[in-house]
Amino acid sequence: MKLKTFKLGGVHPPENKMTADIPVVPIDIPKRVSVIMSQHLGVPAVPVVDRGDKVKVGTLIGEAKGFISANIHSPVSGTVFKVDGVTDATGYRKNAVIINVEGDEWEEKIDKSDTLLKEIKLSSEEIIQRIKDSGIVGMGGAAFPTHVKYMFPEGKTADTLVINGVECEPYLTSDHRVMLERPDEILVGVSIMMKAGKVDRAKIGIESNKPDAIKILSEKAEDYPGVEVVPLKVQYPQGAEKQLIKALLNREIPSGKLPLDVGCIVNNIGTALAIYEAVQKNKPLIERVVTLTGKGLKKGGNFLVRIGIPAKNLLEKLGEEIPENTGKMISGGPMMGKAINHLDIPVTKGTSGIVLMSEEESKRNKIQNCIRCSKCVSVCPMGLEPYLLEKLAEKDMFEECEKEDIVDCIECGSCSFTCPSSRQLLDHIRYGKQNVMRIMRERRQQ
Amino acid sequence: MSNKLIVSLSPHEKGELSVEKVMWGVVIALMPSFAISVYTFGFDAIKVVLLSVVFCIGIEFLIQKFMLKSEVTILDGSAAITGILLAFNVPSNIPWWQLLAGSVVAIGISKMAFGGLGKNPFNPALVGRAFMLASFPVEMTTWPVPFSNIWSPATDAITAATPLGRLAEGGVKALGAMTDPAVEAVDYIDIFIGKVGGSLGEISAAAILIGGIYMLFKKIITWHIPVFYLLSLAGFSGLLWIIDPSKYADPLFHLIAGGAMLGAWFMATDLVTSPMSVKGQIIFAVFGGLLCGAIRIYGSYPEGCSYSILIMNAFVPLIDKYSKPKRFGKEVNYG
Repeated sequence: MKLKTFKLGGVHPPENKMTADIPVVPIDIPKRVSVIMSQHLGVPAVPVVDRGDKVKVGTLIGEAKGFISANIHSPVSGTVFKVDGVTDATGYRKNAVIINVEGDEWEEKIDKSDTLLKEIKLSSEEIIQRIKDSGIVGMGGAAFPTHVKYMFPEGKTADTLVINGVECEPYLTSDHRVMLERPDEILVGVSIMMKAGKVDRAKIGIESNKPDAIKILSEKAEDYPGVEVVPLKVQYPQGAEKQLIKALLNREIPSGKLPLDVGCIVNNIGTALAIYEAVQKNKPLIERVVTLTGKGLKKGGNFLVRIGIPAKNLLEKLGEEIPENTGKMISGGPMMGKAINHLDIPVTKGTSGIVLMSEEESKRNKIQNCIRCSKCVSVCPMGLEPYLLEKLAEKDMFEECEKEDIVDCIECGSCSFTCPSSRQLLDHIRYGKQNVMRIMRERRQQ
Repeated sequence: MSNKLIVSLSPHEKGELSVEKVMWGVVIALMPSFAISVYTFGFDAIKVVLLSVVFCIGIEFLIQKFMLKSEVTILDGSAAITGILLAFNVPSNIPWWQLLAGSVVAIGISKMAFGGLGKNPFNPALVGRAFMLASFPVEMTTWPVPFSNIWSPATDAITAATPLGRLAEGGVKALGAMTDPAVEAVDYIDIFIGKVGGSLGEISAAAILIGGIYMLFKKIITWHIPVFYLLSLAGFSGLLWIIDPSKYADPLFHLIAGGAMLGAWFMATDLVTSPMSVKGQIIFAVFGGLLCGAIRIYGSYPEGCSYSILIMNAFVPLIDKYSKPKRFGKEVNYG
């Protein structure tokens, strides 16, 4: 059978999924955690606790502010040490609630048991409210507040829920492990999301390099009406929502529009699990699965990590040090993740993995002249011309950049990845795109 | 852990491809044709190709080292390709100083004067050839007979007409069509495998095809330019042949004779001087094939392949401007 995929562009970087067979283990709670108030896209949450306040696991410590924002809950029990700035993966200092840990006492309303609760008691509106209250955000990396996706603007409806189990980033295996270890919870979560979005079908897209996950989820999905698991051909960036919808439904989101404009809601597999726990167990988003991997490590791993625990604790759990020849540390995957300069950064809701790369792998190759080989054009999943955008952006020709649709760039990095001359196309395109978006904002304000 | 971590923007992963791999891949793809030319023309073929490569690399080195005082990039393989292709476009008995002059024009004027690798609008080897054909018309069209004294250099040139030369001189009758049994027929198998007179690298369509398929397999080129170029040439010449077969040669002859194969697979596909989008590449190739047919049939030169590509090179910026790839999410009407 020919596997589905998206047709335009795409690359196939080495997969390097070395931790795919390693089961998820929980990380011990340290003496102190730092919970950043802006773990999501949109407006940072406002701290509602202060120095000396006692908190339990699940206590609201940061309140959403504005429409696109998310609540933040305490991942540990103890006393608030202070509210202060902490450096996160972006390298900027962000407001954070720092908590000294005492014991592990949970809020009484949270159901800590492992029993699978299949029956959905809440109504559609109640589910959305619960998702919002529980601070659920997209677990794939971008961390977009999930409830916003279910609050349809006037006149808009959805017909399909798209669940992203693609995990097209090399190295990362957190979604893969979640699918293998928590399939029932995921499927109940998917049913809850279908009810919330008032859709009667859901498609779970999984790339064919995870046959075990495809098998277990398709077998179990037979008990859930309307849920279908679709194996996809391995191709990057299939996890990008536009490409995923194209692959699964052959619908093309028009430029500047959202999945809802083609009748779709797109959520990550990890988000389905988080929604299950929030709705059925009343458990807010306080932990997630994080992959720690790299060729220099003896053995990587997948870990269940409370939010706010520093990334270095994952390494400690493995009993390893940062390898001697490490040249780059990445929060997220190697195609779209952010390079970080220390492992003290706390895990956030969007941290899917930490990848350590050797000096050799980290170095960029020498930049050579463009030989007009047109590889960047052929791999661009948005049908753009990266070589041209690079030149225009380099010369600050933002008007031309806008005409050449620079804002459609999804920053997947396929162009820079493939360029034989090692030109850093995406660096320049980002610069151009940011400037064009600024110009467009200014124009709207006038 | 080293105390210097690299903090750069994504992507952090890099692909396998490099300029060197692309360029040396083309050089490898040219080897079957080189082997055939050595088999056919012997020592002269080795001499001309080696000289041409040394000239081209040497001139690039001198310009980068002493005129531009820039980084020397002669090992990236692009000058070697120009050298081989230039040699492939000349007869095997070309005097060395004419080859040197051609190399100076190809590398010095057509490539380095525009800024070096990737900046040249015209294919350097073709510019070199065009210059040589205009400057040394006699030497450039005096073809040694294949397999004559091939291992003893510097014998007197005994010239043989190329298939296209015979066509231009004597019309379709000269090819020994069925109509005129007195003339020795041109054997298509001979042309295909390369047992004919002609420029060094163009004689064997078969060897060029092998190299072309290797490049397709290695993903150095895509199939669009060669296939559309040859289809267009075959279509144009075929149409005239259907109208009057006694006056025009058949399309198969046009495909395998002369430089059409070499041009379609190795010259028109030159990454630097061909369009960026698939749509653009098809436009480029179709018009190139038409021009080639038109020059061969109506022009005063027997061969039009190199000019057709040079003319289309000039249109590449225009083609790039008006043949954008299909954007994702534009021109869709959903919901």
